[in-house]
Amino acid sequence: MRDATVMSPADIRRAITRIAHEIVEHNRGAEGLVFVGMLTRGVPLACRIARAIAEFEGEQVPVGTLDVGLYRDDLTERGPTVNIQPSDVPDVAGKRVVLVDDVLYTGRTVRAALDALIDYGRPERIQLAVLVDRGHRELPIRADFVGKNIPTSRADDVQVRLEETDGEEYVRVTAAEEAVAGSPEREVLR
Amino acid sequence: MTTMRPPEARAADIPAPLAAPAAADGAWRRRHLLDLDDFTVDELDLVMRTADTMKEVLQREVPRVPALRGTTIVTLFYENSTRTRSSFELAGKVLGADVINVAAASSSVTKGESLVDTVKTLQAVGADVLVMRHSRSGAPYLAARTVECSVVNAGDGLHAHPTQGLLDLYTMRASLGDVRGKRVVIVGDILHSRVARSNLWSLTTLGAEVVLCAPPTLLPAGLGRGLEGKLPPVRVETDLDRAVEGADVVMALRMQLERMHGGFVPGAREYSRLYQVNAARLARAKPNALVMHPGPMNEGVEISHEVAHGLQSHVEEQVQNGVAVRMAVLWLITRNSTRQARAATKGAL
Repeated sequence: MRDATVMSPADIRRAITRIAHEIVEHNRGAEGLVFVGMLTRGVPLACRIARAIAEFEGEQVPVGTLDVGLYRDDLTERGPTVNIQPSDVPDVAGKRVVLVDDVLYTGRTVRAALDALIDYGRPERIQLAVLVDRGHRELPIRADFVGKNIPTSRADDVQVRLEETDGEEYVRVTAAEEAVAGSPEREVLR
Repeated sequence: MTTMRPPEARAADIPAPLAAPAAADGAWRRRHLLDLDDFTVDELDLVMRTADTMKEVLQREVPRVPALRGTTIVTLFYENSTRTRSSFELAGKVLGADVINVAAASSSVTKGESLVDTVKTLQAVGADVLVMRHSRSGAPYLAARTVECSVVNAGDGLHAHPTQGLLDLYTMRASLGDVRGKRVVIVGDILHSRVARSNLWSLTTLGAEVVLCAPPTLLPAGLGRGLEGKLPPVRVETDLDRAVEGADVVMALRMQLERMHGGFVPGAREYSRLYQVNAARLARAKPNALVMHPGPMNEGVEISHEVAHGLQSHVEEQVQNGVAVRMAVLWLITRNSTRQARAATKGAL
């Protein structure tokens, strides 16, 4: 096993600032935007992006939270995980919703989130912002805003830690042995 | 005032660990919900937290999630019920399950089919969860040993009504927060009440002070003996005025009218004079004490009309919470069901 810190607190801060600017640029302002952070670590990320936008744009974007536990299609593969939390989604009908999550991997969580979100109303459009895109999609899903693309092997472990949820802050990749030896499975992005 | 332990109403043949207790990591290991007698604090907390999530689902514009899509729930009721059966049915439907209702009165049971054969048939039809009410204590245990699907006890004889205990707990916690140290008075036909028994287990596990109040004829015999060390002491009172003193919760139980003819109480008027929860008695409890009743209420008998519909009444809230709590139970027990296990094995291969 080999550990590598791929994002420091400063890297995370810069990535979030950039994503905040990209979201505003892409949507030509912050009006009509709603951020929905996916529990658990998508929530502090969404709050930070909203805070950044409030600073440079003077507009407060509402932030909601979403737990997709009841919408997952891979529950059985994750074992008997039973912890689900209440969601708190603001009015999304006719809004431009930006889903925020820490890691984009297979895309199954995002698929579940899209189903969940649509049950709350019909957004004008849904966009996706993630801190880390590690590849290996199993569904036709892509992110609109990405903090960092990290090529990984499926056997690797990507850990995102944030001050608000974990009391420490970094993005680290723990590479599996075979992956270190140059696994052909390693997916290189872009 | 005497100290007592819960009544020995449990059938002797009830096997102890049909449902394995939760592991130390807090993960849910139960496949059935038969009683609350072996629930840990962590498990009760998990049900309460899960019910919070379910409550949010119920408040949505479209209260429907696909969590139990493909799951078949059969409600099998050998006794009449409005709120419990419809509450389970709605809970299953909100979670996307298919729900089939079987009333024993209109089923093959009237043709002489045994309980075991009936539940085996329902499993063969494709039931993943069997929600069952029966007049005999222990019947759901027999079903749980017979079939591979999950069994939820929706009330068995005098023994247990675990989802009622859970929804009562949920309702109390919504107003009181932690129930530790809170005084809960349960008044009425304790002898015949599965609701009282289930509440007793969950409340004492969480450290609430439970006071049972009834005429001596409606208190189970041998309350003082038995079940050594199984439960912390429970207070028994035969005087309601004294029992409600300083109570945080006053829960009235249904006084079944047929008991009037069973020689347990002289009559409805006599009973209500001594044991009705009314405004004067409620005034002796804490200022904002919760008034609860598992329903259906005999207004004017065990509870006065003004109290039943007064500001302190949480009866309607109990019914609403019932759906959320039953959703939580259905969701949790199906995490370990046979179908889930089969699917997981297939996924691993």
